[in-house]
Amino acid sequence: MAELVVNVVSAERALWSGTAKSVVAKTPDGEIGIMPGHEPVLALLVDSALRIEETDGTKMLVAVHGGFFSVDSNQVNVIAEIAELAEDIDLDRAKASLAAAQAASDEDISAVRRAETRITVAGTASALR
Amino acid sequence: MGAQLRVYRRRIRSVQATKKITKAMELIASSRIVKAQQRLNASMPYLTLLNSAISAAASHASDVSKHPLMATSTNATRAAVLIVTADRGLAGAYSSNVIKEGEALTRALNERGVQVVPYVVGRKGVGYYRFRGRVMAGEYVGFTDLPSYSNAKEIGEDLLDAFLKPTSEGGCDEIHIVYTYFTNMGSQEARVRRVLPIEVVDEVVTKDSGMPFPLYEFEPGPEAVLDGLLPRYIDQTVYLALLMAAASEHAARRRAMKSATDNAEELIRTLSRQANQARQGEITQEISEIVGGADALSA
Repeated sequence: MAELVVNVVSAERALWSGTAKSVVAKTPDGEIGIMPGHEPVLALLVDSALRIEETDGTKMLVAVHGGFFSVDSNQVNVIAEIAELAEDIDLDRAKASLAAAQAASDEDISAVRRAETRITVAGTASALR
Repeated sequence: MGAQLRVYRRRIRSVQATKKITKAMELIASSRIVKAQQRLNASMPYLTLLNSAISAAASHASDVSKHPLMATSTNATRAAVLIVTADRGLAGAYSSNVIKEGEALTRALNERGVQVVPYVVGRKGVGYYRFRGRVMAGEYVGFTDLPSYSNAKEIGEDLLDAFLKPTSEGGCDEIHIVYTYFTNMGSQEARVRRVLPIEVVDEVVTKDSGMPFPLYEFEPGPEAVLDGLLPRYIDQTVYLALLMAAASEHAARRRAMKSATDNAEELIRTLSRQANQARQGEITQEISEIVGGADALSA
């Protein structure tokens, strides 16, 4: 069966690459699932959890903040400004930054959303394990 | 010990202490160049993918030349210039080369009748502007050693705000970056790069000839994708300039510290010669005094 070749790249470094059965990402219009043989797509990403199901069935979560992804002939490139693998996220620190962002007088919405995404990703990933 | 000899010995010790410091700084700078280069290489995949995505979106979006970030204003009146200098000195002419290049650009723009709005990165540049009492639209310090993407994003957002504001309200029509381009360990040069308005339209044509873009489905639409991507392009350009500047800074510092170490060695050699001569002179004098004394007694 055909599989997807996935590259996850953040502005600072290439984060992960490998093969996958499916990728689920969230665009401003809603969630989009990519399976092998998908038509070419170029879509923006919103701050969210990106779900990758690897070829061996392991489910992987990546927190992405801003950016976009492209699909072309089973090649998926996820290009996020900031991206973090679930295992790299420090849950306590994410919670602290959420609290700090909410406490800030002019409540920085993007910071709140970023922290929430991190917590979701880290939480879901530990539930999967 | 004679006074002269003591003075020489003291100077040798002091130069040796300085040499230790410069040698250590040289080694630190060498290891940081490697790290800076790695960061530079690590950011390349993002840049490549971003550029090809922008080209793809631009070739599908209708009337790209009307996009606010791409349209060239025929008579620009104000230009933002981002000058990337170092936070610390002891890097030879690194910062002053960039400042000089910035001054040349400022003169060239002024001749065209364009007013320059400076944005300065690095304490050295900020100090230069402040000493001369020039007003800066933005100053960013404390990260030139190891710039992170969030630093670049902060600067990118400020520049974009300035660009999108109407000129009558203090906005800018053009944005330039003056930074040090890192070719390799041995060669870096101060360069000017125009960031905005973007000139990707030309690139689209050339890239099309090589490999046509697949018929992408755009989500939520080619214009919206382009709108989302172009600010990222600014941030990335700034980030790349910061990374290059950081690598260049470490390379310049390594070179400066290497020549300082070499000079210290040379100085120690000369001083040791002089100290030896002084010591020998003292011994000769003592001998002639003893001999003279013995002669006087026996006479």
